[in-house]
Amino acid sequence: MGDYVRPAGLDEALEHLARRPYAVVAGATDLYPAHVGRSLQGHLLDISGILTLRGIVRHDDHWRIGATTTWSDLIAADLPPLFDGLKQAAREIGGRQIQNAGTLGGNICNASPAADGVPPLLALDAEVELASVDGMVRLPLAAFVNRSRSTARKRGQLLTGILVPQPALPCRSAFAKLGARRYLVISIASVAAMIEIDCGLVSRARVAVGACSPVPCRLPELEAALRGAVLDKRLGDCVTESHLAALAPIDDIRADASYRRAAVTVMVRRILNQLGPA
Amino acid sequence: MTLPLRIVVNGSPVFYEGAPGRRLSDVLRHDLGLTGTKTGCDAGDCGACTVLLDGQQVCACLVPMGQLANRGVVTVEGLGAHGALSRLQKAFHKHGAAQCGACTPGMLMAAVELLAQRTAPTRTEVEDAIGGVLCRCTGYVKIIDAVLDAVSIDVAISAGPAVGTAVGASVLKVDGLAKITGVEKFGADGIPADALWLRVVRSPHHRATFTLGDMTAFTMARGLVRILTAADVPANAFSIFPELRDQPVLANGEVRYRGDAVLALVGSRAVLEDIADDELPIAWTPLPPLLGFAAADARLVHADRPGNLLVEGRVVRGDATVAAAYTAEVSIETTFVEHAYIEPEAGWARREGDRLVIHVSTQSPFLDRDETAHVLGLPPDQVVIAPTACGGGFGGKLDLSVQPLVGLEAWLLDRPVACVYSRPESMMASTKRHPAAITTRMGCDADGILLSCRVEARFDTGAYASWGPTVANRVPIHAPGPYRVPNVATHAVALHSNGPPAGAFRGFGVPQAALAHEAAMDQLARRLGIDRLEFRYRNALRSGDSTPTGQVLEHSVGLRACIDAMRPHWKRLLADCAIINAQETHLRRGAGIACMWYGIGNTSISNPSTMRIALRRDGRVVLLNGAVDIGQGSNTVLAQIAADALGVTLDHIDVVMGQTDLAADAGKTSASRQTFVSGKATELAALALRQKILRLVNADDTAHIHFEDDSVVIDDGTLRHRLDLGRLDADALDHVLVGEGRFDPLSGPLDEHGQGQPYATYAFGAQIAVVEVDVELGTTRVVKIVAAHDVGKAINPQQVMGQIHGGVAQGIGMALMEAYVPGRTENLHDYLIPTAGDVPDIECLLIEDAEPLGPSGAKGVGEPGLIATAPAILGAIEHAVGIRPDVLPVLPHRLYALLRG
Repeated sequence: MGDYVRPAGLDEALEHLARRPYAVVAGATDLYPAHVGRSLQGHLLDISGILTLRGIVRHDDHWRIGATTTWSDLIAADLPPLFDGLKQAAREIGGRQIQNAGTLGGNICNASPAADGVPPLLALDAEVELASVDGMVRLPLAAFVNRSRSTARKRGQLLTGILVPQPALPCRSAFAKLGARRYLVISIASVAAMIEIDCGLVSRARVAVGACSPVPCRLPELEAALRGAVLDKRLGDCVTESHLAALAPIDDIRADASYRRAAVTVMVRRILNQLGPA
Repeated sequence: MTLPLRIVVNGSPVFYEGAPGRRLSDVLRHDLGLTGTKTGCDAGDCGACTVLLDGQQVCACLVPMGQLANRGVVTVEGLGAHGALSRLQKAFHKHGAAQCGACTPGMLMAAVELLAQRTAPTRTEVEDAIGGVLCRCTGYVKIIDAVLDAVSIDVAISAGPAVGTAVGASVLKVDGLAKITGVEKFGADGIPADALWLRVVRSPHHRATFTLGDMTAFTMARGLVRILTAADVPANAFSIFPELRDQPVLANGEVRYRGDAVLALVGSRAVLEDIADDELPIAWTPLPPLLGFAAADARLVHADRPGNLLVEGRVVRGDATVAAAYTAEVSIETTFVEHAYIEPEAGWARREGDRLVIHVSTQSPFLDRDETAHVLGLPPDQVVIAPTACGGGFGGKLDLSVQPLVGLEAWLLDRPVACVYSRPESMMASTKRHPAAITTRMGCDADGILLSCRVEARFDTGAYASWGPTVANRVPIHAPGPYRVPNVATHAVALHSNGPPAGAFRGFGVPQAALAHEAAMDQLARRLGIDRLEFRYRNALRSGDSTPTGQVLEHSVGLRACIDAMRPHWKRLLADCAIINAQETHLRRGAGIACMWYGIGNTSISNPSTMRIALRRDGRVVLLNGAVDIGQGSNTVLAQIAADALGVTLDHIDVVMGQTDLAADAGKTSASRQTFVSGKATELAALALRQKILRLVNADDTAHIHFEDDSVVIDDGTLRHRLDLGRLDADALDHVLVGEGRFDPLSGPLDEHGQGQPYATYAFGAQIAVVEVDVELGTTRVVKIVAAHDVGKAINPQQVMGQIHGGVAQGIGMALMEAYVPGRTENLHDYLIPTAGDVPDIECLLIEDAEPLGPSGAKGVGEPGLIATAPAILGAIEHAVGIRPDVLPVLPHRLYALLRG
C-alpha cells in the first residue's frame, strides 16, 4: 500500500493534501468494504486524530458539526427539535457499530445516492465547509454532492465541517426510511422534512428525498406548496406525485422506479402529517 | 506515519509494530492469536467481528490499526474475569443462545455495550443494540432472551441431569462453553503460523472460454510460490454423486458460472492480498450465458446432457385426472437463496508422512475424504478429514470447497496450506437453494375430501450437478403435501443453467413445493367455504394411511395432533385480526396456516450411520462421533442418548467429532437425519459397550453399571464386581473397550411410477403466521409465528425449539427478502437476511408422536422448522389483503404492484 498519514492538526493535514492526492479516512466504514480480501491501495490521510474536527457547537446563527463527528456523537448530543430528523437518520445508519465509527463528513463525501445522512441535512439547508492551504470556503450541500458517488471537493480540499443555520422561528423535523428489513438496510427510499412554524402556519418547509435520484435532492414544488399551510395532522394531504418532479428514481434489486415514486409520495405525506401538532 | 503504538487489549498493554492500515480484526486474529473475534464479511455487514473500542461496539474489520494508539480494546476473550464466565455469558449458555457460535462473540460484545448503559433494557433496546450483528441459526429468540435475563443478579445455570434422565432434558450444549468464551476453533481459527495461503481466482463471467498467459512469469514477478491450474489437478472433477462428477476443481479453458474456480494462487497472505484478479494473464472470451429456466434452449451447459436436463423424478398413483367437485390451480416462482452462514468456507491441510490431514469446516467429512482422495489420486485412507467447529452449514457445506486445493498443494509442497474464502467468494462460489417454477393442481369432492394432486416442478440446478438429483427426487414425493391424496401425478426436473450450482439447502426443494401445495389448499378451502385449518385437518395424513408412493405410515404421524394444538391459537389470532382490521388504517392484519411433512434421511437410498463409544483406561467414556455438529446440537443430543443408554451422567462423556480416522462414517449432516439415524446408532453403540462390560464379569443384562476413575463397578443385585481398567489391554488411544452401533433405517429405490418406501419415517408440522401489511407501501411485517412440530421425541427441547426458531427465521427471509442475483448481491448488504428486528415472537408447540425406530422415539427437526413458514406467511398476506403473491421474495414493490392490480 501507499503512504498512510494521521496528523494531529488540521494545518498538517492540509499540507499533506496540498502535496499529493490522498484518500481521506475517518470512520473507515466505507474504506474497508471497498477492499474486501485486498490490502488497502493508494495513499491515505487519516483525519480521525484531528480533535478539532469532531463535535457539535452552537454559534450565534448556526450550528457547526465537525466532519468527524460520529452518528453516535450526534445521537448523544443535547440538541433542539431542529435536529430530530437528523437524529432519527443517525439511528437508522448501519448498526450501532457503524454509528459508533461512521462520521457525518464521511457519509456526505461517500456521496451514495442512498446516503441516509444527506436528506436530513438538505432539509436543514446545510452548507459544508472546505479547507485547504488556500483557506476556507463554504458550499451549499446540494452543490457539493453533485453526482452519484462524486462531490465538488477539489484537490487539496478537506471537508472540515457542516454548517446548519439556526432558524429564527420554532421548527420541527423528521426522517423516515423504507427498506426490506429492520436493521442494516440500504434505503429503498428515505425522506426528511423540516418546517418552521409561525402562528400555527408553515412559514417555511424543506423536504428532501434519498435513493430516488443520482444524489438526494429537495422537492422545491412541494416546499412552495406548503408555505402558508395550516400546521395540522393533515399537512401531508396536499402531496401529489407532481410534487416529485425533481426525482429520477431507477429500477434496481431493491425496488423499481414506479414503486419508488409511489412510495415516496406516501412517505412524504406521512412524515408531514407526523410534524403536525401532537 | 510511524508505528509502533501501544494499545490495551483486554486490560493488558500490547505493542503493535506494522502497517497502520491493517484491520484490527486481522491483527487480533493473526498477530495476537485472539481468534475468538470472528470475521464474516470484512465489510461491516455482519457484525461477527464486533469488539469494544473504548467501551463502544465497533466492527473490528473496519478499524485501522493506525487509530488505536493508547486506546482500549475488549474482545470476547476479555469478558470473564479470571477465567470465570460473565453474567451475560452464563445467560447465553443457559438459554442455548449459541448454536453454531460464529456470531456469538459479536453478539456478546454488542450486548455488553448495551448492558453498560442500561441496567434494565427493554426488548426493543436489546434489538437495537444487537441489530448490527447477523445470526443465521437462532432466529435471535434465545439471544434476546439471554440478554434480557443477564440483568438478573445471578444467572443460575442448572446442574446436569441425573443418571438416566438426560434424554428429554434441556441440557446445556456440551460445546456451549467453548462457543461463548471464544475458544472454539472454526475453520479459520487454527491455521499454523507457517502455513502458506491459497487464494482462488474465479470467473467473473457467467459463461466464457479462456486461455492462460505466462503464469510462471507472473509467479516470479509477484513473489508467489506457485499458481495451480487445471493441468496440475490429477483427477479434475468432483461431485456429490460419483457417477455425476462434472465440476472441475479448476476450470479447463471453459467456465460455466460466475464463480467457477480458474486458478489457485499460493503464497504469503500479504502477497495474495496485493494481487487483483484482473491483473492475472487470463484472456477471456465471454459467451452469451443461459440464465433462468433453460429446457428448450439450444445452448447446452454440458454437452452430454441434452435439453440441459440433469435428472427428473416422478410419482404416479391412481388417476390424477379424476373428476373433482372443486379444483385449485396455482403456480409459484422462487429464486436462488444463499445459505449465508456467518462463517465463510475455511480450512487448511498438512501432509503428515504418507497421510494428508485436512482441517475444514464441513457437514460431510467422509464425502470430503473420498472426493478429495479421488481428485488427488490417493487411496481414501491416506486422506484424513478433521472437521473444525462449523459456523453454520444449512446444506451449503455439504459440497467440497477448499478441501481439494489446500489438500493438493499441501501434498505437493509438504507445507501446511490454508484457504479462507472472502464473503463475496463464498457467495459466488457456493451452492444455492434451487429456483423453482411449480404448478400444482388439486381437486377435492363436495365434502372437502382431497381426490387428486398434479404437480409439474422445474428447478434451475445451475452449472453443476451438486445435489440437484436429490431435489428432483425428493420433491415429487412431497409435492402433494402431508395429506391423504389417492390420485397423484407429480413430476420434477432439474435443469442446468449458467447460474451458480444449486445444491442442498434446508429442505432440498420441499420448501418451494410447500409454497404451491399450501396455496392450493387455501384456494380449495375458500371455494368450499371451510376454515383453512379445518380443511387441512380433514385431509391430514394419519397412522395407517398410504403416502403417494404407496408407503403405509404405521407410526408417528403427528400432523393432526399438531393441528389440534394450533386450533385455539388459530381461533384467537383470527379474532385478533378481525378486531384490528375493523379499524380502517393503512395496516391490514392477516393470519395464514401451512402444513408440512418431510422424509427423514437420504431419499430412496441406504442411509447408514455407524457410531462408536469407547471406554478409556482412565474411566472416561468417549463418543467417537462421525456426525458433524454444525450448530444444530448433535454433539449434545448424541451424548444425551449415549449417557442414558450407558447409565452415566452426561459430564462423564467426551465427544470426538467427525475425524475420519477416529470415528466411523455416520453419514452427512443433512436431511434432518443425525438425531434419528446417528442417534439410534449411538444408542446401539452404548448398549454394545454395556454388553461388553457385562460380559467381562458375567453379569446379567439388568445389572447396574457405575463408572469410577479407573474402574467400573457392576452390580447385578446379588454380586458386585469391580472391573479394574488398568488391567485391560488398551489400544493406541487408551481405549480398553469399544462398543459399535450401526443403524440404516429401511428405505429403498422407487419403481418407475415412483412407488416404494423412500424414507423410514417422516416429520410433520404446521405453522401459523400473522402478518401486518402496509397497503400503501406494500411492506409486510411478520407479527407472530406459532409452530407445532411432531418431532417423535424431543431429546433436548431447548435445542428443538432453537432449530424451529432458526428455521422460521430462514423461512421469513425466503418469503420476504432473500434473492441471490449473481454479480449483484454477492455481499451481505445487497443480499438481505433477517436481522434481530425481523423475527417476531415464535411460540413452539412440541408434539411427540413416537417413532419406534428412532432413539427414544425421536425423528428429525432441522429442516422441518423452515418448510411451513413461507407458505404460512403468504397465506397470511392473502388473508390480510385478498391477494396471494406467487413470486418470491415478496419485496415491497412486488406486493405494491399486486395491490394496485
